[in-house]
Amino acid sequence: MDIDLSVANLVKKFGNFTAVDQVTFDVPQGSFFSILGPSGCGKTTLLRMVAGFEEPTSGTIHIRGKDMAGVSPNQRPVNLVFQHLALFPMMNVAENIAFGLKRRKVASAQIKKQIDEILERVGLPGYAQQRIDQLSGGQKQRVAIARCLVLEPSVLLLDEPLGALDLKLREQMKVELKKLQSKVGTTFVYITHDQSEALVMSDRVAVMNMGRYEQIGTPQELYNQPLTPFVAQFVGDNNLWSGEVVEQSGNNIVMKTEEGFVFRTAIQGPISVGQHANLYLRPETMRILPTEKEALNCFNVVVKAILFDGANSRLLTVTPGGQELLVALPQNRSFDHIKPGQAIEVGWHPDAAVCFKAEA
Amino acid sequence: MAVPRSSKMVFWMFLAPVLCWLLLLIVLPHIDLLVMSFSGENDLGKSTWTLQNYRNFFTEPIYWNTFLRTAVFSIITTLITFLLAMPVAFYIVKVVRPRLQGAMLMMLLLPFWVSELVRVYGWMILLRESGVINHFLVKFGLLERPIEMLYNDATMIMGLVYTSMLFMVVPLISAMESLDDSLVEAAYDLGSSKTVIWWKIILPHCKPGITSGSIVVFMLVLGNYLTPNLMGGKNSLWFTEQIYNQFIASFNWNQGAAFGFLLLLLSSLIIWIGLKLSRQKLGEVAS
Repeated sequence: MDIDLSVANLVKKFGNFTAVDQVTFDVPQGSFFSILGPSGCGKTTLLRMVAGFEEPTSGTIHIRGKDMAGVSPNQRPVNLVFQHLALFPMMNVAENIAFGLKRRKVASAQIKKQIDEILERVGLPGYAQQRIDQLSGGQKQRVAIARCLVLEPSVLLLDEPLGALDLKLREQMKVELKKLQSKVGTTFVYITHDQSEALVMSDRVAVMNMGRYEQIGTPQELYNQPLTPFVAQFVGDNNLWSGEVVEQSGNNIVMKTEEGFVFRTAIQGPISVGQHANLYLRPETMRILPTEKEALNCFNVVVKAILFDGANSRLLTVTPGGQELLVALPQNRSFDHIKPGQAIEVGWHPDAAVCFKAEA
Repeated sequence: MAVPRSSKMVFWMFLAPVLCWLLLLIVLPHIDLLVMSFSGENDLGKSTWTLQNYRNFFTEPIYWNTFLRTAVFSIITTLITFLLAMPVAFYIVKVVRPRLQGAMLMMLLLPFWVSELVRVYGWMILLRESGVINHFLVKFGLLERPIEMLYNDATMIMGLVYTSMLFMVVPLISAMESLDDSLVEAAYDLGSSKTVIWWKIILPHCKPGITSGSIVVFMLVLGNYLTPNLMGGKNSLWFTEQIYNQFIASFNWNQGAAFGFLLLLLSSLIIWIGLKLSRQKLGEVAS
């Protein structure tokens, strides 16, 4: 497979502060690649280096095999969809889209044809003469993407473009963006702090923290097999236990939590008896009132509240030691009898959790 | 919708001083001037209606030559001021660190705390034959003998530009402050050169600021008396001097009033043409 964007050992320093630290990744042609991280993790700086607005301190950026060092933003075969879209308010939709084409001295008849085509493609046919302030948030979004796509960039960069939209529209645009990307086949590099955006849309996601990559993988890999504690906490919800390892054979350990539970589980990386470990457990891996308990780690909790959210409903429970736990509540009506204040048994399979050695 | 009586009264209460000001200081004197400009004395020394004052303007070349000269130089001065103010405003708003912005604006403002008269005399001290610049040029052997740098058109325009700089920079700064940096970056990203960014993004965005700045500067320059008189000397031939001469020197108030009205017509006409050319409305610019 051809690689559209290749970044190697990229470093960006602002004075003493290292915003991007030794980042390396490849984006294959036609894929949807996301960079996910909390605000201030360096993802915007990374994107701005790819677009050409920042010079890397060291490292290289190759786009379709061409070294981008010293190439100014107006010469790069990438386009950026800005966080607040940056549509030109003094121009109408057609003029915004034509802007890049005019810079390339495309003939005006050709420009007109391309505008109509791209508006059709993003689902805004007949909007060419509208003013920007007449458009809704979602429509502006699509114009901003159309303005870039019409230039047929090798890579389209998107800087949290859904951030300004309200929740309902954001959910809708997520699906639309994904559809649009597979339709046009352009390589998308999307940065976001919203893990659900990254998981829903991407072919591959890189999780970034403090300027470094924590893990790169498919959304499923990140969710099910996080390689670092940061990824385990940042991607999806997790319950956390800390405890001491009391038995160990290979990857399988028995750990005793601070409040006295004894759990069998598997750990990543080496650890020995007596050391501390952190255990991450997703709400949906816990089974309420399990019937076959042999293979499971079981314990009793008290229901504090029912957090009803349709298919995403949870129980907020509390252990005898006072630790709060989220437990997924399947909406198949078999647990309708559970009421707040009730004591219930929950259990989880030793393979369902992720466990790391605790940082000293 | 029915407006309560009391709020109507408050409205008029606040409007009254403005109306008084307009009526007493602008409208009434102008009506008086208008009447004056159409009156003259007949052979018997009696006051009559006449067009003679306006006819004098068109028959005497010195008058309408001065008139045209003033208009052209005012436009040139406005253009030069704009060309100088644009980079200054851009530098203050987009380049300098925010902490320095206030200091820079202060530095622009500071000269205007001194009266125009003093500032112009400052220039005269620098530029006159026995002035500071000549003194040093002669001392370092760059000139054999001092030359007169005052009393020519170039110096006069420089003085006018200097006097009106602030009135152009301030509206430009406020227009440029509302320009989102990402618009500039987006244009750059979409393949524009720096020139195209200036023409297609920055200038169109600043258009209201440019227009209001230009109107203010143009009117101030056109109606300026002090700077052309002192820095341009007798050669300046500024139309305000003609008006002054009619009122004070010749004591011909009727002629002066006619000239005043011609100047008012001229400035209105040029501003109207300017707005038409840039396809703007006065209301949009003022808001």
